[in-house]
Amino acid sequence: MFRYYLRLGLLSIRANPALSALMVAAIAIGIGACMTIVNVRHVMSDNPIEHKNDVLYHVQVDNWSPDEPYEEPDLPPEQLSYLDAKALYDAKRAFRQVVSFKSDRVVQPAGEDARPFQETVRATTADFFAMFDVPFAFGSGWDEAADQSEERVVVLASGLNEELFGGKNSVGELLRMNDETYRIVGVLAPWTPVPKFYDVNNNPFEEPERLFLPFSLAISGEFGSNGNTSCWKTVGDGGYEAFLASECIWMQMWVELEDATQRQEYEQFLNAYVSEQKLLGRFPREMNNRLSTPAEWLQNRDVVDDHVSMLLSLAVLFLVVCLLNTIGLLLAKVMRRTNDTSLRRALGANKSALFSQYIIEAGLIGMAGGLLGIGLTWLGLQGIENLYAEYEFIKNLVRMDWSMIFLAVALAIASALGAALYPTWRACSISPATTLRIQ
Amino acid sequence: MELGPIFRAMLKAKAGYILIALQIAVTMTIMVNAIAIMQEKNDAIARESGMDEANTFAFSSTSFEPDADMRSLVEEDLDTIRNLPGVRSAVASNSYPLRQGGWSEGLQLEPDANSSDSIGSAIYFVDEHGVDSFGATIIDGQNFTPNQVSFKDPESNTWPAYGIVTEALAKELFPEEQTSVVGKTIYLGDNDPINIVAVIDRLQAPWQSWTGVERSMLIPQRRLGTYQTYIVRTEPGYRDELMPQVEELLANSNKGRIIRSMTTMDHVRMRAYLDESAMVTMLTFIVTLLVIITGLGIVGLASFNVSRRTRQIGIRRALGANKFAIMRYFMVENFIVSSVGIATGGILAVLLNILMVNAFGLQPLSWYVIPIAMLVLWLVGQIAVAGPARRASNITPAIATRSG
Repeated sequence: MFRYYLRLGLLSIRANPALSALMVAAIAIGIGACMTIVNVRHVMSDNPIEHKNDVLYHVQVDNWSPDEPYEEPDLPPEQLSYLDAKALYDAKRAFRQVVSFKSDRVVQPAGEDARPFQETVRATTADFFAMFDVPFAFGSGWDEAADQSEERVVVLASGLNEELFGGKNSVGELLRMNDETYRIVGVLAPWTPVPKFYDVNNNPFEEPERLFLPFSLAISGEFGSNGNTSCWKTVGDGGYEAFLASECIWMQMWVELEDATQRQEYEQFLNAYVSEQKLLGRFPREMNNRLSTPAEWLQNRDVVDDHVSMLLSLAVLFLVVCLLNTIGLLLAKVMRRTNDTSLRRALGANKSALFSQYIIEAGLIGMAGGLLGIGLTWLGLQGIENLYAEYEFIKNLVRMDWSMIFLAVALAIASALGAALYPTWRACSISPATTLRIQ
Repeated sequence: MELGPIFRAMLKAKAGYILIALQIAVTMTIMVNAIAIMQEKNDAIARESGMDEANTFAFSSTSFEPDADMRSLVEEDLDTIRNLPGVRSAVASNSYPLRQGGWSEGLQLEPDANSSDSIGSAIYFVDEHGVDSFGATIIDGQNFTPNQVSFKDPESNTWPAYGIVTEALAKELFPEEQTSVVGKTIYLGDNDPINIVAVIDRLQAPWQSWTGVERSMLIPQRRLGTYQTYIVRTEPGYRDELMPQVEELLANSNKGRIIRSMTTMDHVRMRAYLDESAMVTMLTFIVTLLVIITGLGIVGLASFNVSRRTRQIGIRRALGANKFAIMRYFMVENFIVSSVGIATGGILAVLLNILMVNAFGLQPLSWYVIPIAMLVLWLVGQIAVAGPARRASNITPAIATRSG
């Protein structure tokens, strides 16, 4: 029977090409608009380090001004001062710990005509790569000994290795930056976590830095921060040293804690550290330490843009309009076929047979709308990429996701079936006797 | 008019009409809120930075040689640029409006005051050419004199004793002041006193989405970091030829630095407001599509109604109704449905707007958006129904004599 109903459905769709096309188009456009925004939102709210969500924690302590919180309602600063980052790191109380900050260097490629260029760099500690599961193509990160001895080593991202060394294994090669020579110890495989969870302070969707080098080396080399720096107190005289000794916040810290006990111990350690600092006259505010998992941290920092949420609410309403449109048109179609329906009922078709027939027809329209909707979603993403072409990071946000594609088709079919329910019920409840008598 | 009979006839098959009315209501909800968002974005985009944007470009210089003599480098660079024909004014600073990255400090009226009472302001480090290069106009007081401009000692964090504030910042600092704020002293950070030497009309902070975007202060100091930002204001028409010229000259004058981010202020503006303008484009697109879909839905349903009622229309024609009366019937019917939809839509739109204002801090709706949306939707409905209605009016009375 299914095949027969399928044929009837196709016939009926073909009988009203304009009306059917309008229904398919309405569903497709509604799905397209909705899925475009859902897709972008999905990518934005992704957690690229989900598999370690239960062991990684972002560390916050509240060294802010006694007069006002860093951010209402009484939130601790999102970054750490050098003083705290250094002390917490040196205590080595977690299974793994990473402190880092964003800076920049001028890369001087070898060769006479090669032009120097500026690159953002991440100054970080040895555990960074293992902690965040950063994939290597060649070599590896540096070890703790290198951190301690301020070794002049560097890890290249795959893109930069492509530009400088044509993608070959450059481990052991030398790289000049700011008139100093670094030894390359590792080259990353392509790695673009979206959002850039380990530092969401500037733009959470930008590419990771393309150079990684030891934190201690950056500090002794007096690297400045290329990210956000906030201070609540004026920095005293004395240049970089004074800046390091200030309460200005500009560093990120993450720790890896393997279980609940370790987590508890680390919390106690943080409390003890802050209490100790209070005795030294620092930390004028109430104790307000935080350990946040990557998911919590991304949520807290609200990396999903308000604009996307606004567009999403409008796009969902848009889909509602498209569905109302489809219900109306299906209803019109059913009413126009009252005679056929009555005749079929009079000839012995029962309600469930009619129901199956109309639902199959609606399902076909939904499927066609869904498939077309996927195409429109793709177009929509292209459109967004074009609108934002000026932002290099946009390409990270407009990739189409297979789970999303599946969702699109499912949503389209469900929408069409949902839209068909009322008209189908109306069709099934037509009383054949009344209709036929009028004729 | 035959409002009564039309309305009673509609009640006979209400489902279809309710659907259309609902569709119009939701369309109206989206339209009104989309327009509200677009208005807010357009208002933001329309704000002036205070700079002579059409004739200004900016770039950065990063020195990478250790021990570079920044003091003479910056002096030489500025000399080179200022002596080029077509250059009106140039300055080395730390940032400029719409750039997103910059320096801010808390200002207060008393030394050592509670920091929660301080007023945030953007800081631009400049020399005596700063006001003109930034395209600002002094409305009170005098510009910095060359001997007020100091060089920052890298080991000291003492601030210069002079500052020029924007009018908006002056109003925020001294809301009661009726006469002049020139000569008054404010305190920066903990207790560095700053004497206001002049007030300029307008110069935005580098962060266009900051609520205090109109608050900026110029400080007469040259900072000798390896990273310098230059702002060059040209005579009208010289900008595009000067940009490559300046880049070439500076790149060749010193091989120990790179010149980068050479950009016009027009481009900086475009980039700064890209999100806002993209939002406006997307919303325009959504609203247009929506109106088309709703319009087509009305056409579809009206056509269906016409074909279903062919016989009745024929009878009415046979009984003496003229073409105009038939057409009017469908137009009035649509008007009733639209009105119900628009009225419901008006309420839904306000509700959604309240939600959006709470959730996203959007500005509340302007009063005239709803009447405009109403008019548009009424018009769309009437245009959409016009085709089917005309077809209905062309049905010949002879139809009445045929059996259905």
